[in-house]
Amino acid sequence: MRRNKYGIILPFLAPAIILYSLFVIYPYSQAMYVAFTKWKGLRKSPRFVGLDNFEKMLGDDKFWNALSNNLIYLFVLPIVTLGFALFMAFMISQKVRFNNFYRVTYFFPQVMSVVAIGILWSFVYHPTIGIFSSLLKAVGIKNPPVWLGDPDTALWSIVAVTVWQSAGFFMVIFMAGMLSIPKSLYEAAALDGAGRGSTFFRITFPLLWENTRSSLVFITVIAMDMFGITFTMTQGGPDRSTDVLATLLYEHAFLHSRFGYATSIAMVYFIIVIVLTLLIFRVTRRETVEF
Amino acid sequence: MYKVSRWSAVSTQTVLVGWAVIVIFPMIWMIYSSLKTDQELFFSPWAPPMELQWDNFARAWTKAHVGDYLLNTLIVVIPALLLTLIISAMAAYVLARFEFVGRRFLFYMFLSGMLFPVFLALVPLFSLVNQLKMLNTFHGLILVYIAYSLPFTIFFLTGFFKTLPTEIEESAIMDGANPYQVFFKVMLPMASPGLISMGIFNFLGMWNQYVLPLVLISDESKYMLSQGLAFMLFKQFYENDWSALFAALTIIMVPTLIVYITFQKQIQDGITTGALKG
Repeated sequence: MRRNKYGIILPFLAPAIILYSLFVIYPYSQAMYVAFTKWKGLRKSPRFVGLDNFEKMLGDDKFWNALSNNLIYLFVLPIVTLGFALFMAFMISQKVRFNNFYRVTYFFPQVMSVVAIGILWSFVYHPTIGIFSSLLKAVGIKNPPVWLGDPDTALWSIVAVTVWQSAGFFMVIFMAGMLSIPKSLYEAAALDGAGRGSTFFRITFPLLWENTRSSLVFITVIAMDMFGITFTMTQGGPDRSTDVLATLLYEHAFLHSRFGYATSIAMVYFIIVIVLTLLIFRVTRRETVEF
Repeated sequence: MYKVSRWSAVSTQTVLVGWAVIVIFPMIWMIYSSLKTDQELFFSPWAPPMELQWDNFARAWTKAHVGDYLLNTLIVVIPALLLTLIISAMAAYVLARFEFVGRRFLFYMFLSGMLFPVFLALVPLFSLVNQLKMLNTFHGLILVYIAYSLPFTIFFLTGFFKTLPTEIEESAIMDGANPYQVFFKVMLPMASPGLISMGIFNFLGMWNQYVLPLVLISDESKYMLSQGLAFMLFKQFYENDWSALFAALTIIMVPTLIVYITFQKQIQDGITTGALKG
């Protein structure tokens, strides 16, 4: 059966290996070098400068500002989005009426293009054509904030959009876990007189470890990225109040042709994602419960 | 199960209905606003249109080039998607079914691609595509899309091929089928549920992709849909044709909505099983 197996192995693997090596492995390995160079645009070539880029980063206010915005997202988004998603998943899996309608509706923003979402919400927040500010005026608030135009509110406006977009996705992930919990456990709890609250905290949540862990990793990746939504809604402004590492490095690379410095910021970005992912896996490592 | 008080049942429904309204209403608002005049948009944001301004759609389609952007996106996404599926399926089949030197190494090499954020590769990728003379070309973007879709698709399909029974394959070989016939006539049809999941997953990823075209396509006439939309938004600051932009958003969102409602079960399964396996 496997007599001339290499006659199939090589041609079947070749296209994948060639494309992947050229467009994925090669750029990533080159990035490991570019991060330690000064490279000012396509016409020049990279010059090795050791740790200069990273030293410069330490004293760069824009870098610390962008990083601290990522940290705010990293702190707020998991709590708000996952908390809300978990709450809704639990509600819907209780077989409330119209549960299917809710599941389908809540998930929809997940399939929309991030650019379309960004534009739609810049309209919603818009001080004159937007519905949000005129709603607030209608209920008596005279000077509603200029949501995306004010450094104090812009970041939180983006947080709200991100929750709007991703809560349904995480809800569906939690629901998948909830459906696999055997009914008998709930029946036993009901016999013991457990209410909704204690059923959730004693039974449902502890059995959702796997789903919680993957959700944490996803939301970490989302909070570190934030590029599409930020770039369409505020471009990092006003006054850099919504700048994140991804928008900052894009600006350095493609507006100012600082290829080396941009890549060294990307390197820091990458290291943070990896460290946090490993940390999540470490902290949440538990014996998985077998049913 | 247990008793839920009337009060908590009512409050549950209130929260759920409230969130549904928050999710749906912005889209309904966008759709009816796309039929208003610019004056109506500015002076009565909540009101429905007085007269339906279908011309907004005509302007969005032709003057704002939404039609062209849509065509560009289809020209890139359709071949990229089909090639991703076939190339990944071939590699996954071999990785799942054959023993050979370096098999594990190759599998982990593809797997490792999922660890890295695309931003790390952005500058070297830009420079590479430039050296290959593929900046501002559709084929360049297609190749990049395929390459970045391979890791997850191969990972997923390798797992899928491993779950398929070997008997049918073996009996096909007994009947004298060559390995290529076995793959294309026997294995691919059996793998179609996995291919459909990955098809949906990658289609959405490619359709909504923003960073890669932003970096690799700078020629306005070759913009992808997401780029074109963002470009229209930036242009509004001096062109002031807001109603056409609402129409453009509607043109883009309504088909997505129809496709989503039709295939919502498969789409949700595709995305979440995809996500949970990863």
